Amino acid sequence: MTKRGIVLYLHAHQPFRVRKYSVFDTAVNHDYFDEPDYNTERNNEQVFKKVANKSYRPMNAMLEKLLAVHPEFKISLSITGVFIEQAEKWAPDVMESFKRLVATGRVEIVAETYYHSLAFFYSRTEFEHQVEAHKAKIREVFGVETNVFRNTELSYNDEMAKWAEGYGFKGILAEGWDPILQWRSPNFMYRPAGTKNISLMMKNYRLSDDIAFRFGDKAWPQWPLSSDTYNDWVNDSITDKSIVNLFMDYETFGEHQWADTGIFEFYAAFIGKWLENPVNTFYTVSGAVDAFKPIGEISMPDTVTWADTERDLTAWTGNSMQRESLRYVYSMENDIMRTNDLELISDWRKLQTSDHFYYMCTKWFNDGDVHAYFSPYKSPYDAFLYYINAIRDLRWRLHNKHHTGGLNG
Amino acid sequence: MMLGWELPPHNSGGLGVACYYMSKALALQGANIDFVVPYDAVHPTVDFMKIHSATRLTPLERYGLGAYDSDKVLDKPLSKADINDLKDMRGVQKRYVKYVEKLVKKLNPDVIHAHDWLTIEAGMRAKELTDAPLVIHVHATEFDRSGGTGNPLIHEIEYQGLMMADRIIAVSQITKNIIMQKYNIPGDKIEVVHNAIDVESLNDGYQYDNCTYKYLEALKSEGYTVVVTITRFTIQKGLTFFVKAAAKACEKYDKLVFLLAGDGEQRDELIDLAADLGIADKIFFTGFVRGKQWRDAYSVGDIFVMSSVSEPFGLTALEAAHHGNALILTNQSGVSEVLQSVFKYDYWDENMLADQIIGIATSDSLKESMQQDVKREYNRISWNDVAKKCFHIYESARQKVLS
Repeated sequence: MTKRGIVLYLHAHQPFRVRKYSVFDTAVNHDYFDEPDYNTERNNEQVFKKVANKSYRPMNAMLEKLLAVHPEFKISLSITGVFIEQAEKWAPDVMESFKRLVATGRVEIVAETYYHSLAFFYSRTEFEHQVEAHKAKIREVFGVETNVFRNTELSYNDEMAKWAEGYGFKGILAEGWDPILQWRSPNFMYRPAGTKNISLMMKNYRLSDDIAFRFGDKAWPQWPLSSDTYNDWVNDSITDKSIVNLFMDYETFGEHQWADTGIFEFYAAFIGKWLENPVNTFYTVSGAVDAFKPIGEISMPDTVTWADTERDLTAWTGNSMQRESLRYVYSMENDIMRTNDLELISDWRKLQTSDHFYYMCTKWFNDGDVHAYFSPYKSPYDAFLYYINAIRDLRWRLHNKHHTGGLNG
Repeated sequence: MMLGWELPPHNSGGLGVACYYMSKALALQGANIDFVVPYDAVHPTVDFMKIHSATRLTPLERYGLGAYDSDKVLDKPLSKADINDLKDMRGVQKRYVKYVEKLVKKLNPDVIHAHDWLTIEAGMRAKELTDAPLVIHVHATEFDRSGGTGNPLIHEIEYQGLMMADRIIAVSQITKNIIMQKYNIPGDKIEVVHNAIDVESLNDGYQYDNCTYKYLEALKSEGYTVVVTITRFTIQKGLTFFVKAAAKACEKYDKLVFLLAGDGEQRDELIDLAADLGIADKIFFTGFVRGKQWRDAYSVGDIFVMSSVSEPFGLTALEAAHHGNALILTNQSGVSEVLQSVFKYDYWDENMLADQIIGIATSDSLKESMQQDVKREYNRISWNDVAKKCFHIYESARQKVLS
């Protein structure tokens, strides 16, 4: 009999944040991502090393232990290309520990865009370049192929599923959002509308967010959450169903929820308790696709993400600063690609990382919820000005070195 | 005795610059000046007058008071202000008055020359304690600063001072009209003395090296025209009209870019507006600029726009002319009263401004003649003439007191 199981999926990512890059740097210095002040949240090295200590090192060590202790424990990870670049530079031991995890054969790597970008919505060719670049990087670093796809911020729509099917992926991940699911449960395998050979796994956001968002919140009525209670919830949720998809940011462990909340101990204890019941197991994303046939079709014509109460892209594309920035960066594609200047192309792609646009988000200000604004910048407006100057510098490099593109504005 | 609030290099705006050069020209013509400021700092280039510090505040702490932000809570009459609270503008002003009370008895000045509302109360007190006439120099009224109704306490202070003053100096006809209309002061008590520019101070070996705004220079070599303004980003400066006019101009003629040098509470609104209008990459925000970056902002420009809704004078226009810009000024700026080789428009008239920008940008001969002709004009405006007029006003004020 096929066991019912948890599909654990963690997403690891760090952007290359743009430094305080002024009009006076434009066309002079091209080091957009090298903040000289070490002690700011714009300094990528500082942030990476900090999060490595708080999250990547202790979490990977714990995962190694759990894999050794529990033969049935499995997990899936997506690791962005820009994460790997930073880890290779500033925390090579973290990369080594990821490699050891993957080498167990019970840790699957999920496909996505190398640059954690929104390219799917702006340029299909650029998007495919980035998916291919990520596949190649994963092959090079881990020696494995990816078979299941997730897009940036878990953004998803029917068109994307069709694309992923055509590309050869056998599974794709999305948010299990109530207005889409209606009476249905996220705890089954589904088939995206209009596809034949690809399965859709939908995040159980209640159980995922209990850990990712609420675990350390002392104002939450369920605080402090014990592994027994949580194990009961997951067992209740999966009764007569096949899977529970727990999808969250990797940095939940140690960074969003600090070690002193007890998140690591809680998690390890929960894994053990879950496996005490012999009908329970774990699946990787591919393992789940192989084990369960879709029970029905789900259609999402409009884009759904795992972000905010709106579950849409407004945090990235909601205001005109964000839309202008996106327009500028994607309108350069042809000129940039023609240069074959690898450094220029890489800088351009790093500027596509979705975090840059997130830092320009003003919707929380409008809601009066300024505390929701997580950013290394003083304000969304500062983030925008530094970004625009970097775009201008790209134009200048195009024009000056490659005599293409024509400067504007 | 001059009662001021700031002097370079510790100034946050044009008031300090004007006070500095006016005093210097007066001193050169024989005036003996005691200049009171509300902070304690070294003024390295001031050897032509004596500076008195009314408090031990650093200039930075004084900036923190926000001298020009009339909406920063000010509601206390001096009698209720805490003289020991130097974080409060009113506390500092009270200390300033006390200091002037002591100083004025010692110095026994011939004339008390007070600059703007910040020092008006001290000026009135000094007049009460001596026989010296009070001359109030209005660089800006509360109506100008607020762009609307303004702070009632400041209005009251301005009204009292203007009533009590023996003579009033207004920096433009616009300012004189405001004083007459809003405060009901008879016109014959008010003299218009336009500000000037000290060309000498700008000829300090400065040469533009085309390096500071490299991207803009690159655009210029591609045939772009750089439209610049250097200002505080406040309602008074009319910048939302300016940005809307910029968008209209870009629709008709694409090779334009706009350099907005400065900072202020309107910055975020202007960034939003530019993005809404789809010209975010045509507008360059520098933040607050000083020194070389400040001068180079003028130098990189082809056209300088003063878009003020209400500008008592507008020294930056003269500075821009010096650095070779063609000028576009609102009719609501005082400086437009003294310059003719310029374009003028009403601050709300976005179409007119867009038209004028395109006109200059698309005609080299128009641009060059405007740039050259305005240089000739501003050269004629000197602080020596300002000083001469001041002496004349001092004399008439003393006679008024004697009679």
